[in-house]
Amino acid sequence: MQKITRDVLVSKAISLLEDGNVSHVLGWRKGEFDYDITPSVFSEKEDIENNFVWNDFCGANFSKYLVQKTRKLEGKILVFLKPCDTYSFNQLLTEHRFDRDNVYAVGIPCEGMADISKVKKICGEGISSIDFDGDNILVNTVYEDAPIVIDAKSVLSERCINCKSKKHVAFDELIGEEGEIIESGRFDEVEKLEKMTPDERFEFWQSELSKCIRCNACRDVCPACTCEKCVFDNPKSGVENKAPANSFEEKMFHIIRAFHVAGRCTDCGECSRVCPQDIPLHLLNRKFIKDIDNFYGEYQAGAEVGSRAPLVDYTTEDVEPSDIFEGRNG
Amino acid sequence: MNTRPETLIPVIGVITDVRLDTPDIKTFRVVTPDGKKAFDHRPGQCAMLSIPGVGEAMFSITSSPTNTEYMEFSIKKCGCVTEWLHQAEVGQQITIRGPYGNPFPVDDEFVGKNLLFIAGGVGLAPLRSVINYCRHYRSKYGTIDIVYGSRSKEDLLQYREIIEEWATDEGINVHLTIDREQENWDGHVGFVPNYVKELGFDTNKTAVLCGPPIMIKFTLEGLRSLGFEKTQMYTTLELKMKCGVGKCGRCNVGSKYVCKDGPVFRFDELDELPDEY
Amino acid sequence: MFKSSLNSINEIFAKIAENATLYLPSDNKDGNAVYTKWENGVVWSNSLNTVKSPKDFFFPQVEDMMAFKTEGKNIEINDIREESEDFVVFGVRACDVRSFDILDRVFLVDPCDSYYANRREHGIIISVACTKPSETCFCKTFDIDATNPGGDITVWKTEDSLYWSANTDRGRELLSKLNLEECGDEAVNEQKAKTEAILNKLPLANLNTDGFGGDKTDALFDRPEWKTLSESCLGCGTCTFVCPTCQCYDIKDFNTGNQVIRYRCWDSCMYSDFTKMAHGNNRLSQVERFRQRFMHKLVYYPANNDGIFGCAGCGRCVSKCPISMNIVKVMKTLGGND
Repeated sequence: MQKITRDVLVSKAISLLEDGNVSHVLGWRKGEFDYDITPSVFSEKEDIENNFVWNDFCGANFSKYLVQKTRKLEGKILVFLKPCDTYSFNQLLTEHRFDRDNVYAVGIPCEGMADISKVKKICGEGISSIDFDGDNILVNTVYEDAPIVIDAKSVLSERCINCKSKKHVAFDELIGEEGEIIESGRFDEVEKLEKMTPDERFEFWQSELSKCIRCNACRDVCPACTCEKCVFDNPKSGVENKAPANSFEEKMFHIIRAFHVAGRCTDCGECSRVCPQDIPLHLLNRKFIKDIDNFYGEYQAGAEVGSRAPLVDYTTEDVEPSDIFEGRNG
Repeated sequence: MNTRPETLIPVIGVITDVRLDTPDIKTFRVVTPDGKKAFDHRPGQCAMLSIPGVGEAMFSITSSPTNTEYMEFSIKKCGCVTEWLHQAEVGQQITIRGPYGNPFPVDDEFVGKNLLFIAGGVGLAPLRSVINYCRHYRSKYGTIDIVYGSRSKEDLLQYREIIEEWATDEGINVHLTIDREQENWDGHVGFVPNYVKELGFDTNKTAVLCGPPIMIKFTLEGLRSLGFEKTQMYTTLELKMKCGVGKCGRCNVGSKYVCKDGPVFRFDELDELPDEY
Repeated sequence: MFKSSLNSINEIFAKIAENATLYLPSDNKDGNAVYTKWENGVVWSNSLNTVKSPKDFFFPQVEDMMAFKTEGKNIEINDIREESEDFVVFGVRACDVRSFDILDRVFLVDPCDSYYANRREHGIIISVACTKPSETCFCKTFDIDATNPGGDITVWKTEDSLYWSANTDRGRELLSKLNLEECGDEAVNEQKAKTEAILNKLPLANLNTDGFGGDKTDALFDRPEWKTLSESCLGCGTCTFVCPTCQCYDIKDFNTGNQVIRYRCWDSCMYSDFTKMAHGNNRLSQVERFRQRFMHKLVYYPANNDGIFGCAGCGRCVSKCPISMNIVKVMKTLGGND
């Protein structure tokens, strides 16, 4: 369960709104079943009181919304940022994607978000309501009289199991206790892939990426994908397509995207969260992050505003291209 | 092989003539490889033309159905397909399928009526089919007025046909206008909507409008102020299309598909639809 | 009514597969049900439904339509279709059976889409009645009976048995080949009653279509709520691509080097270029594109199809939308639901 309660966030939002410090609040809106939460702009006190939620299903990263919302909405926007969201926030600022002055960022601690599909693997279909009690998630279904008790840790989403930081790298104000950067096991899966033979690895990605239905959800949710016109939507690019016309194309889409966000991807994990086909897209990005760390020294995109990413920076200490080539083969 | 006819599979068309009408509009004459007209059509209907590897797009058939030898398309250069067509030479094969959409009611509502055609720019292309059809069956209709405007004299489509054939026909009044004064032009200068108001037509007419949305909007207002009812005015719409048969799902305005239920609409029918065209 | 034991299901699958390719929902390595070609060892999934709908069988995400060869100024057009083979789709739920009817009304009306029609003629549908519906289910809203799903053959599942009943001549022919034992319908009725009780307890059991229908364009089109409903829509195609009834498509050319293949692929009205032409776009904002999707299902489709709605209440969009915005929330906000 989240340590900070919804009520704390609600009163923070209302007080900032009523004091005139902000005109809008970017928050999570209540859905139909306690887990289907929609990112939303709140502007009225009553709306916040009735519909704002904060629980283990508030996974959505709001940073990218700021690009559009700061252009469209008048006045300052209050945004609630979990630690991982703050990295995307900084990265977007580094890329000058929104005006910092139009945003009031409140950092909130996060105990990790639940993956509803993992919950459903345990409790089955027919969820009528979800409650939280300490470390447990209590799921009521239409099939059982008593709630099904699930250990919240057992249904953490992959990105939260491998959380890289409980520390906020951007905020105007912090609520709750500040955390630390974590030595996560986030590269373990990448190492497993590296240990595969090229054929096995090809097989792995072939089977994962062939599930792709080209819905573009990964790209559209990605805070690093903020091109005004994506090359894959541009008929003049020659690669525009709406369907994986063949197995080459479906790989090309994801691999080009991974290249394009390399060095800018903060590993927020939104791509894998939204994938309707459960493709572990974050592993492509993590491979890039790991290689960049390896070849150019540790670098975390979004850790600070304005930092120069290794791939767009040149120093005399840079690794020689030939070493990279050998590194890949070794 | 499949025996069921498939509307999405085109036939081959050969470009037998290319005429540069204006700096950015060319008129293409198309027949089948054995020299025939690809299919019959009614005035106001459209056809899908394509160049394999470039794309397929919908164009209005500008020649009259009374022309039984070939079809013509007046095409403005503005996208991939049209740019490709503009560099095509005589003898080039393309693909063609159709006809699509509903025609103007030339054999129903228009019969016995005085007709007023108002066009702007390349908007003359679909109206030319109707005008020449009505000229062919001249006795079925009353007076014919044609108001046509473009940016400049050079931008007037089918200028020679208008001057040499339409303007010399008895009972047809041609009113041309261009946006700005220019040398060797002694005709009217000004935008189409204003010209229509200046001409002050009486309401005993059925009006047909085609042109850029802004022209349509103000001409419609002008005609309304002259006392025209929406039930006596027609237009033809253009939206993005892929199939031409009401299935690909993108050319709808409300529950109507422009390709299947249009492209010809009476203005009172358009009023029933959401404002999304 | 015929009966078979649940244990003998693989023998039945084998028998069906003797004459036609058989597809059924089977779990992939992520534990998600996917329509899979049956062969020995393929296990019928226990999941309620597949992530992707079975519309793929009749209206595949990508299909080659024709090929062109060009030489100089000349073009050759080739119809590259092959006659579809007979196939059987087993395990289709009531919502997806309805979706075929919804698609039929688009693709089979004049001028008939022969690509779709060929597949439809070659496909036999064996539906399976639901026993464990999900909170995301709302087929009842569209008068679909999850306990009586239809198709060519209907199958009901109980603890240890399957009950089979044919609804069409094709279904009867196939069923007669399976040599099943005849039985009464008591067990099926009992199972139906159990499921119905669950259906009535579902959170969306009372969702209704009040306020929607073919005559509601004016009442709904300019509603201010579209703006808030669509405010965080990513403009991705997830809802349209998992939807069993979304039928919009694009036609594109692919140059393979020695010929041009013209293919058709699913398109999404949520995409920014859906209505974009060389010289304009009549739906410039995501609000307009979002509105189109729901107006199509809840107003335009019924206007053109005797009042039948263009949604089957399968709930796929409800569970898969990255921002959890969906037709249920739209209906609750704009319609006559409390």
